[in-house]
Amino acid sequence: MTQTQALEAATQARQAAAISLVNVSKVFGNTDDATHALDRISLDVAPGEFVCLIGASGCGKSTLLNLVAGLDQPTSGVVTVRGKRTSMMFQESALFPWLTVRDNVELALRLDNLGRPERRQRVHELLEMVHLEDFGDKRPHELSGGMRQRTALARALAQQADILLMDEPFGALDAMTRDLLHDELEALWTRTRLSVLFVTHNVREAVRLGDRVVLLTSRPGRVADQYVVDTARPRRIDSSDVARLAASITDRLREEVRRHGDDARS
Amino acid sequence: MATTLEADLAGLDALEIAVPRRRSRAARIWAATWPKIGAVTLALMLWQLLVWSSWKPEYVLPGPATVFKALFDNLGTYIAASAVTLQRAAIGFTVALIVGTLIGALVARSRILRSAVGSMITGIMTMPSIAWFPAAIVLFGLKESAILFVIVLGAAPSIANGFIAGVDNTPPILMRAAHMLGARGWKSFRYVVLPAALPTYVSGLKQGWAFAWRSLLAGELLVQIAGQESLGRSLDNSRQFADYPGLYATMIVILAIGILVDSLIFGQLDHRIRRRYGLVDAAANE
Repeated sequence: MTQTQALEAATQARQAAAISLVNVSKVFGNTDDATHALDRISLDVAPGEFVCLIGASGCGKSTLLNLVAGLDQPTSGVVTVRGKRTSMMFQESALFPWLTVRDNVELALRLDNLGRPERRQRVHELLEMVHLEDFGDKRPHELSGGMRQRTALARALAQQADILLMDEPFGALDAMTRDLLHDELEALWTRTRLSVLFVTHNVREAVRLGDRVVLLTSRPGRVADQYVVDTARPRRIDSSDVARLAASITDRLREEVRRHGDDARS
Repeated sequence: MATTLEADLAGLDALEIAVPRRRSRAARIWAATWPKIGAVTLALMLWQLLVWSSWKPEYVLPGPATVFKALFDNLGTYIAASAVTLQRAAIGFTVALIVGTLIGALVARSRILRSAVGSMITGIMTMPSIAWFPAAIVLFGLKESAILFVIVLGAAPSIANGFIAGVDNTPPILMRAAHMLGARGWKSFRYVVLPAALPTYVSGLKQGWAFAWRSLLAGELLVQIAGQESLGRSLDNSRQFADYPGLYATMIVILAIGILVDSLIFGQLDHRIRRRYGLVDAAANE
């Protein structure tokens, strides 16, 4: 393959990508005490792909997600999102506390200008999907953290988004609940084939869920390495395949973290 | 696989949903009431002790028994006076509610208005309502409208401030979530900002009521309208005609109405909203 052909192939892949970042940088603050949150990051997420972003503190994971969500603008570079709709889940459920579970999901549909009978039907389907059909009348504060995140997931999927951004959505949950939500998310994703960009600091979680794990460096955030996870689904977080890959990614991550300690000492 | 997952989730949900321990309605009412009864009893006892100490002659500071006898002997007069005063309070507070909410909404939505009048609203709140009366009498004469004017000036700033503070304190995470759901402009205001502001707005109403009630009574002392027996006028008459049991009886009526409206209307509203929003620990307050 000539260089031109390779370039063309790369361009084509990029054009087909659901999310594509080309040389994206994000700098906070002015020139004197600027923080380079992201430094010339290029990254693609193919349609239907599940990509996990992992890195230590200060690698700009959440910044990157905000850029893709359109909640923030890059300092330089191009962010392209090709999809009908992008939705997002946060570490906190960000449910509206004055609405019941049912009304929280329904509001997403109302904002999409759906008629009342359709809304009722869709809310029922969505709550069934996350196994919360019996808890529609509860308010968020009456639910456990895991149930709140499942409600948030139902809400995020209500508008039939084809791109789902997840910012450490299970970070605040206990291990048992997180494990079950991994199963649930994987089952949902297998059915719907959304393009997912999932940010986490938990290496095992990344390997458990992702088709691909992208490791970012810290300050400035750059892509350090990428790992393709070819373990068959459904996976288990405690399977030896997952553990083995997670161990080698963790080694690489620690190397990255150590570098900052050396910098600080020297 | 799917069925196992379903069963696992159902099991975990059942374990994690807290089952609030509900007491009977009577027990809850009793638990909320007995400290209040205790406090009132204590206050009456201190009052009686003060009378027994002969700090002042008994015709100047009569004991609780004498005062309550005066209160019940003239109950009809007090009810009529309360009706006049409460009607003024209702009209004044309603106008203040409308004015305060409108100003609050405008200031909360407009950056220019906020820098122009935002701090002035708090400034007006620091002005004692009694200081408005000379101007109010000059502008409106010795009429009911002078009293209403001062009630509105007293209560509207609290209500406006409550609204503005509520809007300002909308959690940013909810705004981001709403933005991702496609809520912009009016829709995000209507579906997110307004409901998020409600608890603080209601606190503003509660404070507004306290200001309104105070301004009203000050007004009724100064602006007395012939043929209208109000609580403020009753207070003034009792003093002038040296009917001291009547004076204290009127004060008790004023205090009781202020407390009752505050706790039964605004307190209940406040508590309900807070419980609905999960801002109180349901188990502790049930």
